Amino acid sequence: MELTTKAIDSLRIEHITKRFPGVLACDDISLDIGKGEVLALVGENGAGKTTLMNVLMGLYHPDEGRILINGEEVNFRSPNDAFAYGIGMVHQQYMLVPNMTVLENIALGFKQAWKPWKLDLNMVRDRIDAVARQYGLAVDPDAFIWQLSVGEQQRVELVKTLCLGARFLILDEPTSALTPQETDDLIALLKRMSGELSIIFISHKLQEVKDLSSKVAILRHGRVVFQGNTIDHSSSDIAALMTGHEVVLPHNDAPACTMGPMLQLRNLKVRSDRGFLALDDLSLYICKGEIVGLAGVSGNGQRELAEAINGLRKVESGQILFDGKDIANCSPVQVIQAGMGYIPEERNTEGIVPSFSMKENFILKDTDSEKYSSHSFLKNKVVDVEAEQLRQQFDIRSPNIEVAAGSLSGGNIQKVILAREISRSPKFLIAVYPTRGLDMGAAEFIHKQLLQKRNEGVGILLISEELEEITNLSDQVAVIFKGKIQKVLPSSEASRRRLGILMAGVKDDEEI
Amino acid sequence: MTFIVNILSLGIPFSVALLIASLGEMFNQRSGIFNLGCEGMMAMGAFLGMLVPYTIGQGADVPGIYNYLGLLLASGVGALLGLFFGLVVVTFRAPQGIAGIGMQMFGVGTAGTLFRHFIGGTQSVPGINTAPIPGLSKIPILGTLFFNHNPMVYVAFLFVPIAWYILFKTPWGLRVRAVGTHPRAADSIGIQVNKVRFQALAVGGALAGLAGAYLSLCQVKMFSDEIIAGRGFIAVALVYFGHWHPVKIMAGALLFALAQALQLAIQGLGIDFPYEFLVMLPYALVIVVLAFSRKSQKTGPSALGKPFNREIRT
Repeated sequence: MELTTKAIDSLRIEHITKRFPGVLACDDISLDIGKGEVLALVGENGAGKTTLMNVLMGLYHPDEGRILINGEEVNFRSPNDAFAYGIGMVHQQYMLVPNMTVLENIALGFKQAWKPWKLDLNMVRDRIDAVARQYGLAVDPDAFIWQLSVGEQQRVELVKTLCLGARFLILDEPTSALTPQETDDLIALLKRMSGELSIIFISHKLQEVKDLSSKVAILRHGRVVFQGNTIDHSSSDIAALMTGHEVVLPHNDAPACTMGPMLQLRNLKVRSDRGFLALDDLSLYICKGEIVGLAGVSGNGQRELAEAINGLRKVESGQILFDGKDIANCSPVQVIQAGMGYIPEERNTEGIVPSFSMKENFILKDTDSEKYSSHSFLKNKVVDVEAEQLRQQFDIRSPNIEVAAGSLSGGNIQKVILAREISRSPKFLIAVYPTRGLDMGAAEFIHKQLLQKRNEGVGILLISEELEEITNLSDQVAVIFKGKIQKVLPSSEASRRRLGILMAGVKDDEEI
Repeated sequence: MTFIVNILSLGIPFSVALLIASLGEMFNQRSGIFNLGCEGMMAMGAFLGMLVPYTIGQGADVPGIYNYLGLLLASGVGALLGLFFGLVVVTFRAPQGIAGIGMQMFGVGTAGTLFRHFIGGTQSVPGINTAPIPGLSKIPILGTLFFNHNPMVYVAFLFVPIAWYILFKTPWGLRVRAVGTHPRAADSIGIQVNKVRFQALAVGGALAGLAGAYLSLCQVKMFSDEIIAGRGFIAVALVYFGHWHPVKIMAGALLFALAQALQLAIQGLGIDFPYEFLVMLPYALVIVVLAFSRKSQKTGPSALGKPFNREIRT
């Protein structure tokens, strides 16, 4: 198929409606993007942003409405049709085949290289080189996708989209999985590119919206509730329109707690899946009623630390003193019974059983307790009453307590996990990336809950890559680098710049 | 020495049916379809393969040509069965394991019934005979081992590099690997996932049918209900054993076939040992090897067994 090189001077979406069984995902949406414009599409999880973009790419067929390019109506039946017009999309979950190389992944869409009996990889390689030079985007064409970090994979996605001739880019939450440094790089890159391309990007990070976009459209419950020029509106205006109320992310300004230590990690050594020492002589302590934020670029031992404390990973040496008792290498059950609460990194696979109902997920850790069972039968009435109460208390938006937990949106799944962990009245809570990928409304709620627990005397280890989240909530900030604690500093002294330097592995930041 | 040469020269033709069938299964699985019905497709191929020379081939001027027509018919019907399987598991998204068991029973049962209807009892066919390669087959030891086989043996081993080339060097192979590992990614870039899966099923079915016909025309030279003897299932296991790679699959097929040749040779020695245990040997070997082989998660088709539906959000 010949790719057109005709510019996209205007793209109009008119009255698009898309229904899924039981859900109205897009409700009469109209948008307008001109040449060289950057439109930010913001809205909470489940507002219909991704669905709308999938319609634009020809992946979903709209039930009503039409799309016009340069004033002409187009009908996309598959992504091929969208590519032909020069529209390309970088999906939130990267669309790369892990067991193929970068080159092969790009060749998959690069149909000019498909000779009947041979795949012309050299042609693809030349094309990658050209794009890399034009936009300053370097990728290693021979690396396998599974070998690449998340940031590198995203670069591959961008290169792929550009190689396929995109002159109109759609980016679905491009920064949600990136480290702060990678995020800054990406924003700078997109700014450079916006001179030559039109861009729609989906985000709920308002800072990026302000930095990058020229126009902003806000979606709520499948409808456009606001459209305007970005410079005319402040971040807090946009946040309020997005959630429907004023958003004030809570701060931790209560005085530091003076109660004794709750969790003491002493000289921990733990191996990663690949066998090297992921935690190398790590020591840290956290008091009752204190939040310690663990800052660091992901992959420096955070996952292993959380798993080791919760009995999910073998401790090679060292101690984990929990309320004075060593729980290193205890089974997960023993750790749970000792009073540990855990909000795991992978909420869909480790936090819940997706096919179980919401109420079943609430009681996963307590199926043997006398509260919920007698003589090996579940007390269904008690479970129902408790579950309904939790659903309301934690504002979990679902039709009822019987829905499969996996069908909920990310924010609601996280609330289910939080509700389960908090309602068990833990002595300590480990929260790993608790608001990753969540919108501001959900993040605000989760932050408030964590702070409330802290004020009730629960110690919290907050593992996050969001520096703002860490400095807002923590009493102390610990920086992890290559399995060691670089430094622990009070959150008042933890500036973004200082943390950034420590996270990059510079030991003594004060001399810089 | 002769003992070893005998085992090797017996084992190589034994491996052919397994090799062809498991290369077909490899294409199925690489595209994300788990075809447990391979056994049934092989049974149909075995029956149809020998039916052609047995009926219209008898008394013909050039009877040899009908053997090859038999192979062709077996492959063609195998491809059709593959497409039918695709209708069930790709279009209607039936659970693949269950549908595969159904295909196995359908194939074995239909082949047996048609056999009793059209042929009746055990009948042997002349089939395709060994074709020693002039000159080369006279080399001591090596000649017996490698150059004194049925023509289909050479063809089967030629399939290994061809399959490798197709899978790793052609656009179609690239598409097959993509839809079997990350169908959503393939879809997002404009590849018709289900179409590629149907194509892979047709190729896999054709090879399964051909493998069956090899048994009835080249190896056993007759048809019986038990002719496949679980080779279809072994082929499925070999694909896992070979990590979806043609060369490693060939190694697995040879290993199994050599074990089979070995047990036959031991039986022939007349040692006082219950032969049932010897017959078990190759099958037990497959289980042991599978249990201890490295489980690689990086190379395999991770979407294996999962139907694709663009509008179901996962």
